[in-house]
Formats: sequence, C-alpha cells, structure tokens
Amino acid sequence: MASAPTTKAPSRKNSTTSDIAGRFGAYGGRYVPETLMAALDELEREYEKAKRDRKFQERLDLLLHTYAGRPTPLFFARRLTEKLAGAKIYLKREDLLHTGAHKINNCLGQGLLVERMGKRRVIAETGAGQHGVATATVCALLGFECVIYMGTEDMRRQELNVFRMRLLGAEVRGVDSGSKTLKDAINEAMRDWVTNVRTTHYLLGSVLGAHPYPTMVRDFHRVTGSEARAQIQKAEGRLPTAIVACVGGGSNAIGIFYEFLKDKKVQLVGVEAGGRSEALGDHAARFRGGSPGVLQGTYSYVLQDKAGQIALTHSVSAGLDYPSIGPEHAMLKDSGRAEYVPASDAEALAATILLARTEGIIPALESAHAVAEAIKRAPKMKKSEIMIVNISGRGDKDIGIMRENLKLD
Amino acid sequence: MCYYNQSLMPFHFEEKPALVVYLTCGDPDLATTRDVILAAIEAGARVIELGVPFSDPLADGPVIQRASERALKNGVTLQDVLTLASEIRETSQSVGLVIFSYLNPILRMGLSKFCQVARMAGVDGTLLTDLPIEEAGEYLREARKNDLATIFLAAPTSTDQRLKSIADVSTGFIYAISRTGVTGARQEMTGDAKTLVQRLRKYTKLPIAVGFGISTPEQFAAVGEIAEAGVVGSAIVHAIEKNPGREASTVAEFVTRLLGERRRSYQLAVKS
Repeated sequence: MASAPTTKAPSRKNSTTSDIAGRFGAYGGRYVPETLMAALDELEREYEKAKRDRKFQERLDLLLHTYAGRPTPLFFARRLTEKLAGAKIYLKREDLLHTGAHKINNCLGQGLLVERMGKRRVIAETGAGQHGVATATVCALLGFECVIYMGTEDMRRQELNVFRMRLLGAEVRGVDSGSKTLKDAINEAMRDWVTNVRTTHYLLGSVLGAHPYPTMVRDFHRVTGSEARAQIQKAEGRLPTAIVACVGGGSNAIGIFYEFLKDKKVQLVGVEAGGRSEALGDHAARFRGGSPGVLQGTYSYVLQDKAGQIALTHSVSAGLDYPSIGPEHAMLKDSGRAEYVPASDAEALAATILLARTEGIIPALESAHAVAEAIKRAPKMKKSEIMIVNISGRGDKDIGIMRENLKLD
Repeated sequence: MCYYNQSLMPFHFEEKPALVVYLTCGDPDLATTRDVILAAIEAGARVIELGVPFSDPLADGPVIQRASERALKNGVTLQDVLTLASEIRETSQSVGLVIFSYLNPILRMGLSKFCQVARMAGVDGTLLTDLPIEEAGEYLREARKNDLATIFLAAPTSTDQRLKSIADVSTGFIYAISRTGVTGARQEMTGDAKTLVQRLRKYTKLPIAVGFGISTPEQFAAVGEIAEAGVVGSAIVHAIEKNPGREASTVAEFVTRLLGERRRSYQLAVKS
C-alpha cells in the first residue's frame, strides 16, 4: 500500500525518472472517488497491454505520420537568433500538426485505447480548446460519441475552437461554476465520468489527474522529444544547451523534456503563466505561489489558500490557466533537474509579435510564454550554444484575444 | 491486514434503517448549521455527517456544489467545522459525528493534527471522498492513533477484491454508494444498491449505510430492507436552501416525515 502524502518535503529527491505505480517521487498517485477506481485499474491494464502490442504501436505510428503529420520539423530561427544575439534558437514545430497543437498525439493514442476497451462514448475537458478540438477530431475519425466540457469564460475567449468542435460533431457543454475555466471543466468531466463510467472513457488532455494518466499522456507525447533529439543531432551534431517549453498541466513540456532527462547537461526550462501580477489569483505560476496538495486526482503543487481551498488563477492564455501542475514536473522541480520560471501576460504578447515579425510564425499564446523566456535567456547565452523552443501550438485560435490586447495601428 | 476493532463502535444503528444526515457546514452560516443539526438530532437522526465545504467538489451534484459555494463565501474552514463538532458534542453525547471532506483541506491542516483535533472535538469518524484505500496508509495510522473510525466508500463498480480490502480497513460503518454518479436526489433507486450490499456482506460484519440519491420517506424506508442505515444529504441541503429563516424547523419536519414512513412500514411488516 502506497503511503499517503504529507505536507512535508518529498523524500525521494533524486528519483527523476521513477514512475512506479504512478508515483513521481512523492507526487502523483490516485486520489479519486471509489466509483472510478475500477475504471482506472482497467485503463492501466489496457494501456500496459497496448504498450507491448506491436500492432497497436504500428497503428498509432501510422496515424501520427499519415494523419497528424509527424515528424514535425525542427526549424532554425535565423532572424530571431540574430535579433537576440545569443544562443542559436531552434523551434520544434508542433504547431504544424493537424488540429494545430501537440494535443493530437495523446488523443490518437487514447482514441486507439478506447477502441481496445470497447467503449463508444468519450468525454474530455478543454481550456484553450486545443485538446477539445483534437478529441473531437479523433472521435470523428474513429466514430465515437463525443462530449467536451469547457468553462464558459474559456468558451467566450476561444470562440473559434468551440465552433470547430461542434463542426466536428462534438457536443460542447459550458461549465458555469468556479472560475469558469479549465479546472471547472475537469470537475464537470469527472462528474460525468463518475456517472457514466461503465460506458465512457475520459480522454484527459494533460499529464494531470489520477494514475495512469500522467504516465500514459507523457508517453504519448514523448515522440516530440525523441524527434527533436535526432533532429538536433543531425543539424548540429550535438545536444542543445537548453530546451524551453510552456507548462500548463505540462504535456508538451514533458513530451519534449523526457528524452533528454538523462542528458544532465541539457537544461530543461518550463515556463508558467505569470499572469498580471504576483498576487494569488492573478497568475498560474504554481512553483512561485503554490504548495503540495491534492487536486483532481493527483498530488502535486497547487495554488491554494491557508485552509486548503483551491485558488482562482489568471492567464491571458486559457491553456496555462490552471492551479495545479503535472506531478512529474513537481518531481523535476524538487530534484532540480528542470527549472521553472514565469512569463507574464505582457511578455507573452510581446513575444507573439516578435516571433510573428522575425520568423513569420504566430504562436499560440501558451507557446508564446516559452518564446518570452527564450527572449530573456538567449542573449545571456554564448553564440555557440543551442536552444530549442517548443512551439506547442499555433495562434489562430487566439487571434480574438490578441486583437483585444494588441494595438497594432 | 485487518484493523477491525470490536470496541470501536461509536455509531448506534438500533432502528432499521437508522438515519444518517449529511449537511454542508456553514451553509448558509455556521450558527444555522448548528441549529439544523440539533433539530435533526432531536427529530431522530443518529449520525451527522459534517460536510466540509470545498472549492472543487467533483463528486457532488449541483445542490451540494451550491451549498459549498455559499459556505466558502462565508469563509468557512475545516477548523470552523471542527469547532462546530465540539459544540454539537457538548449538547449531544449519543449522536455519531463524522467529518465528511475532500482530502486537500485535511492535508493542508496536516493529517496528524487533523486527527488529534477531531478526536478532541468529540468526532467519532471521518470519511474522505477522494481518498481511496490505496492512498490511505498514513491516514489510517493517524486515525487509529486517535480512535477515529475510518469510513470508506464502496461503489457498485468496486470489484470483489476491492470490497474485501475496503472492508478490511473500514471501521464504524461502511458507506455503500447506491449507484454510479454524483450526490443528488433521484426519482428511483436502482438495483445496484441491493447487489452491492449483498456483495459487501461477504466481507464485513460492520453496519452498512446506503447513500446517494435517497430523498423520500419511501426510498428511506426501502433502505431498511437491505441495510442498517440510510444517508440523506442533498435533500436536506436542498430543504435548507429553499427555506431561508426556517431551516431548522423545516429539517426537523423533514426528518420526522422520513422516520415516520420507516415506523409505518415496520408496523405493516409486523402485522403481515
């Protein structure tokens, strides 16, 4: 029996790659109502079998290649590099994937698992709408009924993605509780799942939630890092000095970090939403203002008040606007293997403009947080050093928010 | 591993079914909650589940969600709920008091401190909605040290192996969830409850309380055919929500009606 967490510091600080029984050091675990436990056991068993099934892997690889558009390019950002006059900057172009972000990797993987389990109904939460769109897409592709839960605040600011999901045949259910964002959408998806668990799969969209989700979702995104590793070796004949990725739940970041964990010289930098100020409620920087706790199935860093109530969060980017973070990131933070920094709303918006005008690439506002950190970090690095920035999604969905926030004439 | 302890029987389920009342503490305010609880005890409730409001009640339906929001607007904390428990205990020594909470407020206070404070407040047991047995090691140790009963949920989806493990670590009583889903009233009880209780009996001699969806006197009386106790939660919270200013008297009347049907069906059963 695994021991329950304490609020003390985690004990196994150096186990940076351990994920035995869903634990990442002290973090992770499975904190859900009893009704869901059997379904999580089933999912874990089925995932373990699928991992060893060559046919499953071949089918997934084929879909990633012919449907999603993998491998994605690793692009040398020459003008951005010149402008910042420091490290050579490469962009991992996950934004070029079908549906516009890395989320499709995980959705295809879980979609094939749903087929194996013989379920026909899929539910998911979405913040920015990218995971919702990717889920709706895979449900259309594989013929599943699809219900997406989305906070009404997010539906307002990601209107275009709401329409895309509906166009793809999904039902989008607005969630009006709490902050009306990602966290509340997850609560509502959990309520649906606990009711319909016998027929329904919950296609969770990040490295969050109860075991096996954080491990399984990471595995479906590892492809990003393994491609990037081979690509940078081919282009430069060596590994990068630093890899930078934004972290909401942390799926794109762990996806690109994972293959480099053992390369201790490669700096791994996660960028959280610094929002509009450092006050609780004004940001989503869990490692700046948070402390260990349990939210929505997992033990990790959480933004919370003194009584253990979960705090409200804010970010210009809906996909980063979440009070907890994937448990594996919590372990990497404590062990020091990865470093986590905030980027503010304003910095992310400025980074969007710079990337658009130097490279002709409009990043998603989530990914723009990673670009913002690159802008701060690259000039301090040597010209011989290399940085990879994960452009996890494209900015089309954010045009409305960008228009609200950027005065360009 | 079997923690079952005959001496640890703080709950009194003499009538069948005994009434377990859940309410969200601090909705609409702590003073009202106190009055409602005392009225419910007076009207015949045997166990009170003191619900700790939480910002993200993912196992609860809309009625208890709204109650939690109202309580949190008043700034009600776990500490407040424990203080309330000690006040209730001063007035009633016989009622069973259970802290019913999501895990995070407990972790924030610290498992060890929580169990000590709860014991000092006269609490008999605890039920943590999102703490399954696999994650409960430290909680069980701390609760045992303080003689708190550890009540776990059993679900219709739980496998026999899980039911056995749940029975092994439960003390006081076991809470059988009548159906898959969140808390809240339902028109009809499903067959899930009966099957689950029958399966559970193979592994436990503890009393079983059936809950989720019980809102009418008829449903409550029917629980008596299969289990020792019935839990009524959302229906009580709903009555509180709909009767501002008259919460305690409304709940007292409701409890009397619930128990009235039990008496009537008992008498019918004796006659036939």
